[in-house]
Amino acid sequence: MSSVGAVSPQSKPFDQPLHLQSGAVIGGYTLMYETYGTLNADKSNAVLVCHALNASHHVAGIDEDGNVGWWDNMIGPGKPVDTNRFFVIGVNNLGSCFGSTGPMHINPATGKPYGPDFPVVTVEDWVNAQARLADELGIVQFAAVMGGSLGGMQALAWSMLYPDRLRHCVVIASTSRLSAQNIAFNDVARQAILADPDFHGGDYYSHSVVPKSGLRVARMIGHITYLSNDDMSEKFGRELRSGEYQFGFGIEFEIESYLRHQGEKFSSYFDANTYLLITRALDYFDPAAPYGGDLKKALAGTKAQFLLASFTTDWRFAPECSRAMVKALVSNKRHVTYAEIDAPHGHDAFLLDDKRYHDLIRSYYDRMWREIGNRGQA
Amino acid sequence: MNFRELSILRADLAFIAHWVRDGAHVLDLGCGDGAMLEYLLTTKNCTGYGIEIADDEVLACTGRGVSVIQQDMENGLGLFSDNTFDAVLCLSSLQMMKNVEELLRDIARVGREAIVSFPNFAFWPHRLALLSGRMPVSKSLPYEWYDTPNLRCATIRDFMDLANDVGLEVTECVALQNGKPVSFLPNWRGSLAVFRLKK
Repeated sequence: MSSVGAVSPQSKPFDQPLHLQSGAVIGGYTLMYETYGTLNADKSNAVLVCHALNASHHVAGIDEDGNVGWWDNMIGPGKPVDTNRFFVIGVNNLGSCFGSTGPMHINPATGKPYGPDFPVVTVEDWVNAQARLADELGIVQFAAVMGGSLGGMQALAWSMLYPDRLRHCVVIASTSRLSAQNIAFNDVARQAILADPDFHGGDYYSHSVVPKSGLRVARMIGHITYLSNDDMSEKFGRELRSGEYQFGFGIEFEIESYLRHQGEKFSSYFDANTYLLITRALDYFDPAAPYGGDLKKALAGTKAQFLLASFTTDWRFAPECSRAMVKALVSNKRHVTYAEIDAPHGHDAFLLDDKRYHDLIRSYYDRMWREIGNRGQA
Repeated sequence: MNFRELSILRADLAFIAHWVRDGAHVLDLGCGDGAMLEYLLTTKNCTGYGIEIADDEVLACTGRGVSVIQQDMENGLGLFSDNTFDAVLCLSSLQMMKNVEELLRDIARVGREAIVSFPNFAFWPHRLALLSGRMPVSKSLPYEWYDTPNLRCATIRDFMDLANDVGLEVTECVALQNGKPVSFLPNWRGSLAVFRLKK
């Protein structure tokens, strides 16, 4: 299977202010995005891919720096989401650190980086911003909005906020709300950043430093929740780097080495304020809350057909979370297909190659493609 | 899928399909590759879901455009509230369940009507096999005793008792042989028992 090859991002500035859920307003902003494939004549083959915590608009192909897109195994020519058929859009969310307006950019009101003054954004705010990008691209209705984890929350929010603007909603390894345990993990990560002396109240840009140690720990704790215990045991077990105890506190176990490497890598490219913002967006997402916690009522206005998938070893957003969404959808008599995929890799499985998983997505998109063909003939 | 195609593919399903009224909201337990649901959706304007545990069958359903929910039926039908469905189908899968009685009660809870089929253990070649001292192996029970997925062996008369116990009224009971109803000595001559039940 081939890749979409070399890709370059585009940026779209928006002058019209965006009113956020918090009551704050962003005056003007820019969204970075990439597209793959070709939009057909009646604009019925567009697919929006929403990203999770640390990803970006670079979903597929190879960018100028040689980085492969984060969902390249899923999206491309001949891949489950086939770019020979679909016009796929990846967009970087507001507050992120990959080019769309975020806390590292200049606040027009002060002439200095937003830093801690960047408004807290929610999943719904992101979706509203994405909808404006869709307007700009002339896409009235997406064939599908899809995402995994936090990206799945955005897809779900799309189905509620813009029910007429998507025909299919693909929600993978996601949840309609975080558990207390999920929020607890997020807060430990945030505390690590907030407690880093290089954080400077979020204004580290003006001190020309980066709260690296905080980011490292934040990533380490996050990463633990992405993997399953089985997977970790199999990969690392109790392996020691030097074969014997050193009776100290350095890196002795392989798992320590792995996590620190992940933390180090992450802290070299990710922004600390963005980490705070995105974990907060995760915490706040709870579309059933305005309906007294009744997800059935929250989803009553949806019109899309749904595909949900979860992974048996995912303990971050376990299958129960997906089943709760399925239950609410079937109570509303929505079209919903749900697969529980027996994969060993925990939450991260949604990013990995797995035949059953990819066959399922492929089969679903094949069907979507047939529908588009039928629309054309109608 | 049209009736002819379904008849060729699965004659028993084609017979059962005429019991499902047009536009019904249907739950198909152990829906397999989704052939029955696809027929009901496309030809009879039905809506609804299939429940299936096997990965390859879930994939087949997705390919057909049938809404399928991957789940182990042993865990019950907690996803669905009371009286959600006009008809609940449980075709050739009840005999594979450990908790048959509980599942049947759950079927009665979520559906207004149920259609249940299972291999009739009292089919005459099965009786003959037992008389000759062997467990029956036939087209309808194509397994050896040590590898069969069928945990429960029942006859038409046995099932009537259980249906009554869980509060279901038998409205129709038919024994099929090669997809066709058998009217003379059905509990002897039919390999597949099919019940239509209501609360």
